[in-house]
Amino acid sequence: MKILVAIKPVPNPDEKVKIKGDGSGIVLDNIKMVVNPFCEIAVEEALRIREKLTGEVVVVTIGPKETEQQVRTALAMGADRAVLVEAGTDLDSLAVAKVLAKVVADEKADLVLMGKQSVDDDNNQVGQILAAVLGWPQATFASKIEFAADNKKANVTREVDGGLETIEVALPAVVTTDLRLNEPRYASLPGIMKAKKKEVKVVPVASLGVDTAPRVKVLSYAPPKQRAGGGRVADVAELMSKLKSEAKVL
Amino acid sequence: MADILVVVEHQDGVFKKNTLSVVSAAKALAGLSGGEVDALVLGDGVAAVADAAAGAGVRKVLLGEGAAFAKYLAVTFAGAVAQVVKEKGYGAVFAPASTFGKDFMPRLSGLLDAPLASDIVGLEKDGDALRVKRPMYAGNAIGTVTLTGTPFLFTVRQTAFDPAAPGGAKAPVETVAVAAEAGGTAFVSRAETKSERPELTEARVIVSAGRGIKAQENFKLVEELADLLNAAIGASRAAVDAGWAPNDWQVGQTGKIVAPELYIALGISGAIQHLAGMKDSKVIVAVNKDEEAPIFQVADYGLVGDLFKAVPEMIAELKKLKSA
Repeated sequence: MKILVAIKPVPNPDEKVKIKGDGSGIVLDNIKMVVNPFCEIAVEEALRIREKLTGEVVVVTIGPKETEQQVRTALAMGADRAVLVEAGTDLDSLAVAKVLAKVVADEKADLVLMGKQSVDDDNNQVGQILAAVLGWPQATFASKIEFAADNKKANVTREVDGGLETIEVALPAVVTTDLRLNEPRYASLPGIMKAKKKEVKVVPVASLGVDTAPRVKVLSYAPPKQRAGGGRVADVAELMSKLKSEAKVL
Repeated sequence: MADILVVVEHQDGVFKKNTLSVVSAAKALAGLSGGEVDALVLGDGVAAVADAAAGAGVRKVLLGEGAAFAKYLAVTFAGAVAQVVKEKGYGAVFAPASTFGKDFMPRLSGLLDAPLASDIVGLEKDGDALRVKRPMYAGNAIGTVTLTGTPFLFTVRQTAFDPAAPGGAKAPVETVAVAAEAGGTAFVSRAETKSERPELTEARVIVSAGRGIKAQENFKLVEELADLLNAAIGASRAAVDAGWAPNDWQVGQTGKIVAPELYIALGISGAIQHLAGMKDSKVIVAVNKDEEAPIFQVADYGLVGDLFKAVPEMIAELKKLKSA
């Protein structure tokens, strides 16, 4: 099975988000870029599928040349090779999906895996748009993927409001990964060494003939409204009396 | 501007209240840019859903029924909505930012080559231009975005818009013929988390527990408190990852976004991603042993102490109140 995994670099989500003084963006100086956590889950799942069914895992990303660092992380986890579509950082979901569609067609993948959303823009769009552009089935928010005996179909269990839902998708398909699909492995030292020699094909975005002008554009960023919290109560008696007479919620 | 379409969410024929907030968001756009708001119900034998939508203050309800819509599938729904939008010329489409809307709306965006703003919390006008507010970076930043191309697509954060009043004068229901193409997907099964309690996103009170609850069996204590308050039960990601609570109880940026009148956080430290999911609650109570826990910064009533001592006391006080 040939699996394409789309990954995105994001600012380390464990660091505090700071907005530039003029609201024009997020402060990224001295912030480490990492592979988006949901994308790591997608890479891990692809590796597990390859271990079971054999095949190839190709990582694809879109971004500036420095994105190669995050690509090498995925290669160190065990992906076979990578495609880096060199582009700016201002592509929106539609543009990213159209670029990915070109790469998917070129690679003739049987399955595309990607995170359900990136933890910077929180859009949760690209996998579904890609499936539409390709005319493929989609299964989002996957917590379990099981292949039919002939590997032509898969049952995907999805994390939905109110419980879990399982749908069947014919391959090729796009599947987006949720938190509980797996626990991504760490790259081993031999893995890191091997990754240095693995192929990263660099493709200039202009060569793909896709209109990447953003249709959804972020004009500015502002901090969210701060909540005036910090109130304390001494004991349960005070808590309950305040909830009743002051907050009037009991 | 052209008219606006709201895609109604239902679960197997039961109207979901999140649609009421989506109608409010759609009306906010109509107020800024003009146009009328219609609702679209897709399903099989869902006249009751159409009737509920008809009372939510829309101009009319479009009802597309057929066996192929009996179970929700993104491919079928996105295709059908795309057909309706094209045939009727809608200028904007709204759906809730639930796992329903988040699933099919981006596919609709791909089908129509139309811009989609996810999880919106506000709409404004700057001169003639529409400005959309949406949370980014796990709610640590609110982005102002602008859309180019038509129709505009939006998924709506339910907690950011006051629900439209249900049960109003009934708008007409018009049947529409829509094609259903499942495109290589099929429904297999659904495992509902059974509960007699209100749904997390619709509850007036939520009692939520985190790492401090220590074990699955201790959720009994949470349940007892929730019963007395007619509350939904939530959990932090730590409690879900530990296997103590089902995943659809998770409150937070990657789980459910909630804003009840009263949110009681028990043994929850208040990781950024959890706060992003509940900080718009009207009143927040936090019980935690660690007085430095970030949850106290957003709590209106913080109690530093052991939840295993505090919760039984709360239960006893509530029982007293009930019998009084």
